[in-house]
Amino acid sequence: MQSLYKKPKTLIDTPTHFCPGCGHGIVLRLIAEIIDAWNIRGRTIGLAPVGCAVLAYNYLDIDMCEAAHGRPPAVATGIKRVHPDHMVFAYQGDGDLAAIGTAEIIHAANRGENITFIFVNNAVYGMTNGQMAPTTLLGQKTITTPSGREPLNYGHPIRICELLAVLDGSSYLERVSISSPENIRKTKKALEKGFKTQREKKGFSLIEILSPCPIYWRMDANESMRYIDEEMTRTFPLGVVKDWEHKN
Amino acid sequence: MKQLLTGNEAAAEAAIQAGCRYYYGYPITPQNELINYMAIRMPQVGGTFIQAESEIAAINMVYGSAAAGGRAMTSSSSPGISLKQEAISYLAGSELPCVIVNIQRGGPGLGDISASQADYFQAVKGGGHGDYHLIVLAPSSVQEMADLVYDAFDLADKHRNPVMILGDAQIGQLMEPMEFSKKPREVFPLKDWALTGAEGRKRNVIKSFYPIKGQLEEFNAHLQKKYRTIREHEVRYEAINIHGADIVLVAYGTSARICKEVVKKSHQSEFKVGLIRPITLWPFPEQVIKTMSERVQCILTVEMSAGQMVEDVRLAVEGKCPVHFYGRTGGGVPTSLEIMRKIAEVVPSNLIDKVNRILPLVEVK
Repeated sequence: MQSLYKKPKTLIDTPTHFCPGCGHGIVLRLIAEIIDAWNIRGRTIGLAPVGCAVLAYNYLDIDMCEAAHGRPPAVATGIKRVHPDHMVFAYQGDGDLAAIGTAEIIHAANRGENITFIFVNNAVYGMTNGQMAPTTLLGQKTITTPSGREPLNYGHPIRICELLAVLDGSSYLERVSISSPENIRKTKKALEKGFKTQREKKGFSLIEILSPCPIYWRMDANESMRYIDEEMTRTFPLGVVKDWEHKN
Repeated sequence: MKQLLTGNEAAAEAAIQAGCRYYYGYPITPQNELINYMAIRMPQVGGTFIQAESEIAAINMVYGSAAAGGRAMTSSSSPGISLKQEAISYLAGSELPCVIVNIQRGGPGLGDISASQADYFQAVKGGGHGDYHLIVLAPSSVQEMADLVYDAFDLADKHRNPVMILGDAQIGQLMEPMEFSKKPREVFPLKDWALTGAEGRKRNVIKSFYPIKGQLEEFNAHLQKKYRTIREHEVRYEAINIHGADIVLVAYGTSARICKEVVKKSHQSEFKVGLIRPITLWPFPEQVIKTMSERVQCILTVEMSAGQMVEDVRLAVEGKCPVHFYGRTGGGVPTSLEIMRKIAEVVPSNLIDKVNRILPLVEVK
């Protein structure tokens, strides 16, 4: 009998700390599936951020490193220089990558670091109970934007892929979502492309994943997925933003 | 073979000799000779040199390379070292060996670019958050800069702890003849905890986050035990003429060089000046100071600060003799005459005649 669906070996069999309906579990599973399929567990080093995904190393059975808030791109750079032939990826949230760590991600991209960045964008600070993120949508209510984010005081949502695309050092940038099985499959493809970019030494890759946070969006799981499709993608359109294989 | 090098260049080359192959820096005066040297030298030995986008990025790159098992270093000067404090706390909390060079300049704030010793508290007491210690080494010559940087990598690996070299603008930019007497390091201690890919073994995780109640306290107990071991085994100092001295000076780095001049001058008189020069600022040579304080009439601590190390001297002395202080701040460097005058001011009255006889010896210069 052929087994069609089972827990990836690289995913540790343990209860997670994530909230109900959270997207991190899906993304971590996809990473584990790829590590299994590519048989690269022994040559992969991952970085966990500060934020909801800080405990990513409790779920992935690979060598992993914690980094201070926002610093994964710099720490990953230091790791990759020691092990240039290993697969090195950094898993970061929107506060980590697009607020406190903006300088680090821009300069890692600008140096064309041959590292894959997995950027989980749920438009809110989950770990600290729901404050505004740099990617919070205009009008979106959070604890620190109680009347909704308005640009005069709070600025605009930052589109990281488009921001990094103008840098000559970035090679592959794509925005995906995990709002449906179809979109999850596309996300897996994008992650594989990111790893392929690195394996072929093509330089900096970043996959931005729109992901639900039902608790701090104050929605149920289904509404959250609809919110991604109908609201988030208007500010953060899905698709390839830059691809070294298909240069325009 | 003797060479003429600045302290900054000697630090850079000593790191290369010690097997450091990962250097990450950001320009700041007065440590620029170090980063400039590394930019040329690292590629020659197949190492990595990155001019980072910030001090913060540089020290986090060090964090990554140290976690991956490499010998890594960064260098900076006071304001830049302040920026690095976050990662220094993380390095201590993740027990990662690395070397951080601080070529101190005047502060606070942007301060100036001349020599200072005002970062003692930051280096020794923990500039970042949490209960941790760096091993802090204070060279007082170009030769010693090279020797200590070389040893720093071994100490860091031995104890899985970051080591700071606390120099200053004078030591960094001074040129002196020196030689690299130690063999280039080719064999390194095994790091079975490092991130190398979990091929055929259980995974390694480098972290400092212990969210489960009780675990963090347990980890801190482990750190404190390690610090006790370091206190017991790694203290280094130089003691000159402390037996039978009328007064003993305590000074490190550039201040100690000037104090040595005073000690030398006092040879020509019947007033005896001794010197204790801490080489490790942490662990602090408290035992020798404590023992000495039971025999001497008074102690004078000399620093290029408003009085920082003097607090540790007083803690070691525990009131057994008076501890006086002379300091210059904001780029001021004490002269041997100033120190002699301070000695004259603080010695007990029965010694004042003796001191007055040696003052002219100092003033001639």
